[in-house]
Amino acid sequence: MSEFHLYMAQRLSALVMAPFVIVHIGVMIYAIQGGLSAAEILGRTQGSAFWFAFYGLFVVAVSIHAAIGLRTILGEWAGLRGGARDAVSAVIGLGLLALGAQAVWAVTA
Amino acid sequence: MPERDHLTVTVLRGGPDAPLQPQTFEVPAYDNQTVLDVVSWIQQNADPTLTYRFACRVGMCGSCAMMVNGVPRWTCRTHVSKVLDGNTMEVGPLRNLPVIKDLAADMDPFFDKWVAAEGRHHPTRSRDEAIAPIDPVAEERQAANAGIECINCSVCYSACDTVAGNPDYLGPAALQRAWTLYNDAKDADRDAILDAVSGQGGCHSCHSMGSCTAYCPNELDPLSAIAGLKRATAKRFFGGRK
Repeated sequence: MSEFHLYMAQRLSALVMAPFVIVHIGVMIYAIQGGLSAAEILGRTQGSAFWFAFYGLFVVAVSIHAAIGLRTILGEWAGLRGGARDAVSAVIGLGLLALGAQAVWAVTA
Repeated sequence: MPERDHLTVTVLRGGPDAPLQPQTFEVPAYDNQTVLDVVSWIQQNADPTLTYRFACRVGMCGSCAMMVNGVPRWTCRTHVSKVLDGNTMEVGPLRNLPVIKDLAADMDPFFDKWVAAEGRHHPTRSRDEAIAPIDPVAEERQAANAGIECINCSVCYSACDTVAGNPDYLGPAALQRAWTLYNDAKDADRDAILDAVSGQGGCHSCHSMGSCTAYCPNELDPLSAIAGLKRATAKRFFGGRK
C-alpha cells in the first residue's frame, strides 16, 4: 500500500469515526442519567444488530486509523524504517482489531 | 537599545569530519549592520579560514541563509539589531542539511528533492508553435503566482520539523514548486506532478505545523501550497479532474 493510500485510509477512517465518537459519548452521557447497571446495559446491547454493526465498524475504523498514525510516529520519533516499521504497525492494527472485536462480541452477541 | 562598541558573536564551526564547535569573536558594532556584515567582518579581519556563502547581498539569490540564534534567516537582509540577544548572537550552518565547512551547508539534498518533486516544466508546445496566451487573473494563475518568488534559500527546509524527523520528506520549497507547476496553464503533465508528490516523503507527510510559512523571508506560504497538493491528490483519487 502506497503512502498516499495510507493517507486516504487514515482520513476516510477519521470521517467514519467522527459520528461514531459523537453518538458513543452522547449515548453514554444520556443513558447514565439516574444510574445504569451493567446488567441493564447488556440487556439493551445483547442481540442488537444495530449496536453490533455500530461498534463493529467503529473498531475497524479505529484499528486502521490508529495503526497508520502510529506508523508515522514510529518513523519520525522512534526512527524505525522500511519493513520493520510496517510490521510493527500491522501488529498494532491487528491487535487493536482483535481486542476490539472481542469486546464487541462480548457485549452484543 | 543601549549603545555598544562591540558584539559578542559565537560561530558554530566544523565540517563533515569534525563536530560543530563554538568559537567566539568580538566584532565592532555599527548602527546599520546585517548578520552577513558581521560574518564578513570576522572572515576579513579575525579569521580568514572562516567558510560561509553569499552572493547578491540584497535578498535575491538565496545563498546566505544561516541559523541565527537557533532560527533560520537570510543573513543579508537580517539586521543585527533585530536578532541580538543582549549583546550576543550565535550563528551556525543551516539545520537539516549536511555541513560542508563552518557556515556553508551542503545544499545537494535540498535541490535533489526539487527534482524528485517533479519541479521541472513539462511543455505544452514546441518552440515552433506560437506562445500560448496566459490569463493573468485566472484563479489557477493566481495560485501559481503566489509561490513563484521562491529564492531557494532553504530557510523553510531548515525550519521544518517534519524534515528533521523524516529525511525522506521532500520539504516545503520543493512541494511549493510542484504546486506552482500544477497550477501553470503551460504545464502539460499534471499527473506526473501528483505522482511525484504522492510517494514516500511526499506532500502527505506534512503535519501542517507551518514553520515554512512562519519563517519564509519572502513571506510566501508553502503550507497552503502543500495543502493544495493534498486536496488535488485526494480529488484525483475520487476521479475528479482539474
